[in-house]
Amino acid sequence: MQFSEHWLRQMANPSLTTEDLSHLLTMSGLEVEACDPVAPPFSGVVVAKVLTVGKHPNADRLNVCSVDAGTGTVLNIVCGAPNVAAGMKVPCALIGAKLPGESPDKPFEIKAAKMRGVDSSGMLCSAKELGISSEHGGLLVLADDAPVGRDVREVLALDDHVFTIKLTPNRADCLSVLGVAREVSALTGTKLVPPPVDAVPARNADTFPVKISDANGCGRFTGRVIRNVDASAPTPSWMKECLERAGQRPISALVDVTNYVMLELGRPLHVYDLDKLKGGIDVRFGRKGEQLKLLNEQTVAVDEGVLCITDATGPIGLAGIMGGDSTKAETTSRNIFLESAFFYPSFIAGRSRRFNFSSDASHRFERGVDFDNNVSGIERATALILQICGGEAGPVDDRVAQLPERKPVRMRIARAQKIIGVAIAADEMASIFLRLGLPFAREGSEAFVVAPPSWRFDIEIEEDLIEEVARVYGFDRIPALPPVVPAIMRSAPERQLASHALRDRLVAAGYQEVINFSFVEEAWESDFAGNDQPIRLLNPIASQQSVMRSTLIGSLLGTLRYNLARKTEQVRVFELGRVFMRDAAVKDGDHDVAGVRQPIHIAGMACGPAWDEQWGVATRPVDFFDAKGDVEALIAPRLARFERAPHPALHPGRSALILIDGEEAGWIGELHPRWQQKYELPAPPVVFEIDLRLLGDRGMPVYREVSKFPPVVRDIAVLVAESIEVRALLDEMDAQREAVVRDIRLFDVYRGKGIAPGEKSLAFRVVMQDTDKTLTDQDADFAMACLSKALADRFGAKLRS
Amino acid sequence: MQDLEALVAKAIAEFGSTADAAELERIKAGYLGKSGSLTEALKGLGKLPPEERKEAGGRINGAKNRIEEALVARRAALANASLEARLAEEAIDVTLPGRGRSRGGIHPVMRTWQRIESIFASIGFDIADGPEIETDWNNFTALNNPENHPARSMQDTFYVDMKDASGLNLLLRTHTSPMQVRYARQHKPPIKVIAPGRTYRVDSDATHSPMFHQVEGLWIDEDISFADLKGVYTDFLKRFFESDDLQVRFRPSFFPFTEPSAEIDMMFTAGPNKGRWLEISGAGQVHPVVIRNYGLDPERHVGFAFGSGLERLTMLRYGIDDLRLFFDGDLRFLKQFA
Repeated sequence: MQFSEHWLRQMANPSLTTEDLSHLLTMSGLEVEACDPVAPPFSGVVVAKVLTVGKHPNADRLNVCSVDAGTGTVLNIVCGAPNVAAGMKVPCALIGAKLPGESPDKPFEIKAAKMRGVDSSGMLCSAKELGISSEHGGLLVLADDAPVGRDVREVLALDDHVFTIKLTPNRADCLSVLGVAREVSALTGTKLVPPPVDAVPARNADTFPVKISDANGCGRFTGRVIRNVDASAPTPSWMKECLERAGQRPISALVDVTNYVMLELGRPLHVYDLDKLKGGIDVRFGRKGEQLKLLNEQTVAVDEGVLCITDATGPIGLAGIMGGDSTKAETTSRNIFLESAFFYPSFIAGRSRRFNFSSDASHRFERGVDFDNNVSGIERATALILQICGGEAGPVDDRVAQLPERKPVRMRIARAQKIIGVAIAADEMASIFLRLGLPFAREGSEAFVVAPPSWRFDIEIEEDLIEEVARVYGFDRIPALPPVVPAIMRSAPERQLASHALRDRLVAAGYQEVINFSFVEEAWESDFAGNDQPIRLLNPIASQQSVMRSTLIGSLLGTLRYNLARKTEQVRVFELGRVFMRDAAVKDGDHDVAGVRQPIHIAGMACGPAWDEQWGVATRPVDFFDAKGDVEALIAPRLARFERAPHPALHPGRSALILIDGEEAGWIGELHPRWQQKYELPAPPVVFEIDLRLLGDRGMPVYREVSKFPPVVRDIAVLVAESIEVRALLDEMDAQREAVVRDIRLFDVYRGKGIAPGEKSLAFRVVMQDTDKTLTDQDADFAMACLSKALADRFGAKLRS
Repeated sequence: MQDLEALVAKAIAEFGSTADAAELERIKAGYLGKSGSLTEALKGLGKLPPEERKEAGGRINGAKNRIEEALVARRAALANASLEARLAEEAIDVTLPGRGRSRGGIHPVMRTWQRIESIFASIGFDIADGPEIETDWNNFTALNNPENHPARSMQDTFYVDMKDASGLNLLLRTHTSPMQVRYARQHKPPIKVIAPGRTYRVDSDATHSPMFHQVEGLWIDEDISFADLKGVYTDFLKRFFESDDLQVRFRPSFFPFTEPSAEIDMMFTAGPNKGRWLEISGAGQVHPVVIRNYGLDPERHVGFAFGSGLERLTMLRYGIDDLRLFFDGDLRFLKQFA
């Protein structure tokens, strides 16, 4: 909602500065988004009449004008504007005038000057030179009746501001200057001066037949015929000024009047060319197959869900949204028919969105339009039309079908005090209702019963009134109180590992957290998740953000590419976020939406040198086992298993499924060379991705007695086939070990000289200890023999000596 | 017996002349060894008359003790010198950088998230979580925002190609408020919870991101008022910004799910936006329709809810002036918050 301060002050004029008025509105819920002066400061510019225009003797493009600026003497002024003509009235900057300059503190001062040898005592101005328009259309032409010598700021009402208010959807009543004035009056106690609305007597008995077939959609239809108008008459400048400052482009007198009344009173109107209407008007829902061309040239198909204005030819307008092209009033129209209707919000809401446009009318009707000002609105418009275009009005034909019911709303005083948290006195509440124009009755000291007026569509329940009380009382005056409640201790389960703690683990391992969008490009889903059925956005804002990700890998690669492009060599990043996949097994639940699995994943990616370049350690590229170590530290104290398995994103020989307690928890591996090439990466990053659910439980510590006896440490080295995985050996030894074997650790892997091709040597360090006695050599020998036998039996492992 | 004194002096001088431990021991043998001078002298005592023997023995032993003392002292001096030499040789440049990986860091928005959690946890708020692909009912209808209501256009919604049981498209939650509905339906008052998370709206420019973060707060009990909301939220801001000197205002607004509703603005006190108000939160007393949708009786249970933008709080906290930095993944930016 945009309007000029000047217009507002005609209806409510509190003694507040512009700035204070703006603050007042913002703090009452009508947020002032912008409050801009209509013209920059300037002075010394008056209305002048050009008396004569003559050619400049020394310059082709200049004229020498004699000008009456009301100074008592005729001024000689050189002027270069192409549109200068004798008899016109224009703004004249007198000697000493200060015009807008390059900055507010550097005005452009007008001095007496000689221009190509001719004296010039002043300057005739364009709108651009006065800073009120950016158009360079020559001199600003003033109205013929503008008084010579009068300050132009006064004549053009330039000491004015344009207010832009961001209205919340509940305050449709403020979609007019009268509505805002009503609010200002309530907030300040200033008298409200509504615009004059006098009934225009009928000069003939002409009416146009109107029928309301669907009264649940159209509650009221007020019409009036006006004959013999001059639709080509110019819109008066005062009205143009109001419209322009309200952001409306003046179009033609008839359209301008309807827009003016809409802005002034909040009363949308429509004007038809009476001679183009066929038969009679019927307000009814559309029928399948019907269509119409709108004023905006768009042709739309309507159906049973769309309320239409129709005549004998079919739909001629979308009720409350936009009129049709076929019956529109034009500057050549002679006889017109005015519509001032009430349509129910629920039958307008969402309809214009369906057709992909919105209009001032639909914006108002879907929020609620006063259903009691149909007649006054049509009277106001008639008066203005007759004043501008002439003509003879017929009688007002007011057809009321079914108006909204305004049920009284009861507000308990104690309830209001409890909700707001302040013991606002009942008398103060009464005064608030009074100022808001909300008629009420008091039920003693108990409650108020308020009758909501026709312009308010947001007062239906007790809380609506409590809100009005709080708002007008002033949020600033409500104290900020810390609540007093019982002190009850709370704690998280000890075994729970919060996601923040997991973040810290990766941070300690050198990973930087990033946050990427949950929607990604479709190729990422097929490349990195093998997912050709991703969940798609129906209305993505960009094609590279069109599907919901089921893996975080693509996003991390995006981060990698972004940083590589900025010459960052070492990239180690992680993200924690939800991923999304279709899953018919998921049912609606406390944390679930049927059909979608949306677990939280934690994923990391490392690329580039394993360490920052430094003096103490030779640089090498980060590899699978660096990342695996990080994953093991992330999962600790629990132990994960890593099983070789293929994954669409990963190098098939260098990827593993991560299992926690036998459950598939995630993946780790080197990026597949195919993707490394496609995504133009200089080196293969190592990535991992784990379901957070399986990381959340760190278990409880289990105490075991610490042995008092010394441990025995022995090494065992075996030769096995290259294809045998270390995990299998460790598992076998673990299964077959004697009780005294406490720990088995791989400490060397060797291939090459001395080892047959296709074999590898694995060396394990075995720690043995008993809690009851010191181990003898024989005990240790026996335990070691068991281990080597187990490996020999199962894997054909040969003991290396 | 001038000889003995000379011998002691000579021995001390010879000990002092060497810096080599082995050499020292060889010199020592020349005096105290099996055929050393003093050993020889002691051996010669037997040849003296008995009356002189005692006195001579005393003098020789005295000399021997003095030589031994000098030897011990010299040994210690040599050992010390050798340790000193080794220590000097082993000295390192302690200003060389330490070995090992550098630390990473958490995202600045997450830093804000964590701080908010701990501030609210300190007065007993629970932390909740919920799905990001939501049903129309949880995101809108339960929050008193029916279909076609103009209020829906306040939040431009992303829809996905899946439908719920009532045939409505699933959507990306436009706010964290569905989590208050889910939590409140599962718990009994007093309900005190915050629910941070990702949210989505069809909006992308310098000051809007199609994905952003909010934190939802909800406190429902028998007597929690708008004044309590002001108290709790103002206190939160003081803790979060670690300042009592904040410019905060509560301004009437409209949300379908609260009434009275407030927009909470904070003023930038530094940076290019200095002097401008920034909306950081929508808040208000929970609407009775929503309380009923929790499964509670609004006559008995009242309270407040708020939803705050984490990016905005983070921008105000650290003076960041471009929202897009949070989602670019630029390590040069992110590492500043390590």
